[in-house]
Amino acid sequence: MPVIFPPWTNKLPLATAAFAAIAPVGAIVFFWYWGSPAFTDVGYQPIQPVPFSHQLHAGQLGMDCRYCHNAVERSPYAAVPPSETCMNCHKLVLKDSVKLAKVRESHETGKAVEWVRVHMLPDYAYFDHSVHLAAGVGCASCHGRVDQMKLVKQEKPLSMGWCLECHRAPEKHLRPKSEITNMEYDPVKAGYKPDEDPDRVRKVSQLAPPIHCSGCHR
Amino acid sequence: MLTKNQAQEQQLQLSDPIDRRAPLILGNPSFNKITEDICRPIEGKTHVVWWLYFFMAASILSILGGALGHLIYNGTGIWGLNNPVGWAWDITNFVFWIGIGHAGTLISAILFLFRQKWRTSINRAAEAMTIFAVMCALIFPGVHVGRIWVAYYMLPLPNQMSMWPNFRSPLLWDVFAVNIYGTVSVIFWYMGLIPDLATIRDRAKGKIRQIIYGFLSVGWTGSARHWMNYEKATLILAGLSTPLVLSVHTIVSFDFATSVLPGWHTTIFPPYFVAGAVFSGFAMVATLLIVVRKAYDIEHIITIRHLENMAKIMTVTGSMVGYAYCLEFFIAWYSGNPYEIFIFKNRAFGPYWWAYWTMFTCNVVSPQLFWFKALRTSPVAIFIISIFVNIGMWFERFVIIATSLHRDFLPSSWFYFSPTIWDILTFAGSFGLFFTMFALFLRFVPMVAIAEVKSVLPQADPHFEGEMPKDDPSPAPARKAVAESEEEGDLMPATAVARQGAH
Repeated sequence: MPVIFPPWTNKLPLATAAFAAIAPVGAIVFFWYWGSPAFTDVGYQPIQPVPFSHQLHAGQLGMDCRYCHNAVERSPYAAVPPSETCMNCHKLVLKDSVKLAKVRESHETGKAVEWVRVHMLPDYAYFDHSVHLAAGVGCASCHGRVDQMKLVKQEKPLSMGWCLECHRAPEKHLRPKSEITNMEYDPVKAGYKPDEDPDRVRKVSQLAPPIHCSGCHR
Repeated sequence: MLTKNQAQEQQLQLSDPIDRRAPLILGNPSFNKITEDICRPIEGKTHVVWWLYFFMAASILSILGGALGHLIYNGTGIWGLNNPVGWAWDITNFVFWIGIGHAGTLISAILFLFRQKWRTSINRAAEAMTIFAVMCALIFPGVHVGRIWVAYYMLPLPNQMSMWPNFRSPLLWDVFAVNIYGTVSVIFWYMGLIPDLATIRDRAKGKIRQIIYGFLSVGWTGSARHWMNYEKATLILAGLSTPLVLSVHTIVSFDFATSVLPGWHTTIFPPYFVAGAVFSGFAMVATLLIVVRKAYDIEHIITIRHLENMAKIMTVTGSMVGYAYCLEFFIAWYSGNPYEIFIFKNRAFGPYWWAYWTMFTCNVVSPQLFWFKALRTSPVAIFIISIFVNIGMWFERFVIIATSLHRDFLPSSWFYFSPTIWDILTFAGSFGLFFTMFALFLRFVPMVAIAEVKSVLPQADPHFEGEMPKDDPSPAPARKAVAESEEEGDLMPATAVARQGAH
């Protein structure tokens, strides 16, 4: 009987078996690393209509986050400020700057500046800023060092696993009420013990952040 | 003329030298004749009837494609199921198909371990049927989740949600059980195919054919070393598959039995489901092979004796199923649990009474007809009864699922499930997939295990001392041989005796 295949094909079955064993593992590793929000979403930094710098306002000028995001303690949304808030200062400061043209236009016409949302949770995930602040989670815990960003970018993955990490063991991520908006504060470095803080109404064990499905998927 | 003693001696010589039974394969064929008979449908020109069958099956398969496309686009709302009947035809069809898939591995693994030689004629087709049935079965749990793009949630894969399936849920065990069963079945089937694919390769006329079958037969040369490895691998895989035959449907039954729903929460479910699965599997094998043996003229290889054996297994497993039906009623009464009693009364006499009695007639009454020898040796009778069994086994799953769910604990939620056109088309379409795959199997793969069938011929025994049968080049003498031997009332090949008598 004449041979049909050259000798190297003898290795094919072994190679096929090896591939069949490695391919699924490879596919899982691929999606686990390159498909996760830690890879796909972290670093998202869209260009904004107005070149507003958090580094300047929150960092150098030391403005409190809540001056602009004033609803954050009372509402699910932190609130993107209306152009009136900008104009409180910019009526006087840099009032003819080209960079601020859109803000002035918005102020005159009443049409909002169309900021591009950076930290985007899916619609099926319910999130409330006010309860997180009330429990003592700082802005920097989820948004990173915004005071060092000229253009805001997403620093944390905001994935479900990342949320659950804190919901399962919140004590390392809590801080005193006075330090909520302090970007430099690190509860671990500061040695903060939430249960020993007289200002806290509830103990950590009583916070019981939800880890069941309908906690966030309502 | 032969003396009585001489004739007896010849009969002994031709029969199996160990158990002295009549040979399984009729017509005293030579080794070559077996190869020729089985390779003919693969090597000849495509028959017009095959094309007709293939196009019909493929058209029904395209219905499945349409029905699934519509389902994926619109969601499970297109089906008739709704609270409280959250499982309906989808899971019925899943259990139906996975049950059918039980015959193949039972034949090739358990019957192999028990040295049942008659399995060699039917194991290839039965295993192929198993694989196609598992394919059909896997569709339903895959699509019934609605959002099939997240069907991977069923598997425990590392993910950004830190979310795992519930390891305490039998639904997850089911994913494992069915996938392992499918994988092992494919490996077992394919390994058994290698020597036969090599036969096709060696007989191939064209270059392309040689390359394709050569590739598929992974370098099989038929050396003693290859056969030794082959035998070892068969034994290992048979050992692996044997517990799987029992475990898969046991775990499928856990999907129901571990819930606290009256009518589902019963300990008899695992054995009852396994018996039912083997029952339906053999019915499907019989349905298919009765047609195949006639169409491809291999009635001397898949004989009445094979069909009779399958009919006997159907009677055994059908009786087990019937026993389980009766025992369920007894336990419902004996438990004194009013909900349990209610649900069983409701099954038999409630709004689904028609489904219950269809199931009961098809599954309990019809296999008992095989007590009559005339019926269990008649291909037509076996064919008709096996179809009834298939219908009955589908209704069994429907009755279990729909009747337990449609009477919720809260009477205000009571519901009567009726299928929509999409339920029906999806189910009908799954038959399209099954029969399309089976058509391709018949055309491109040896439908009987050539090497294994040769091993049960009398002359395969090393102690065989009779004369080797001569090659008979005439195309289909088998039918004649079968007819003659049946007329004489025994299973000895008449032509063989006559030929030897001439010396």
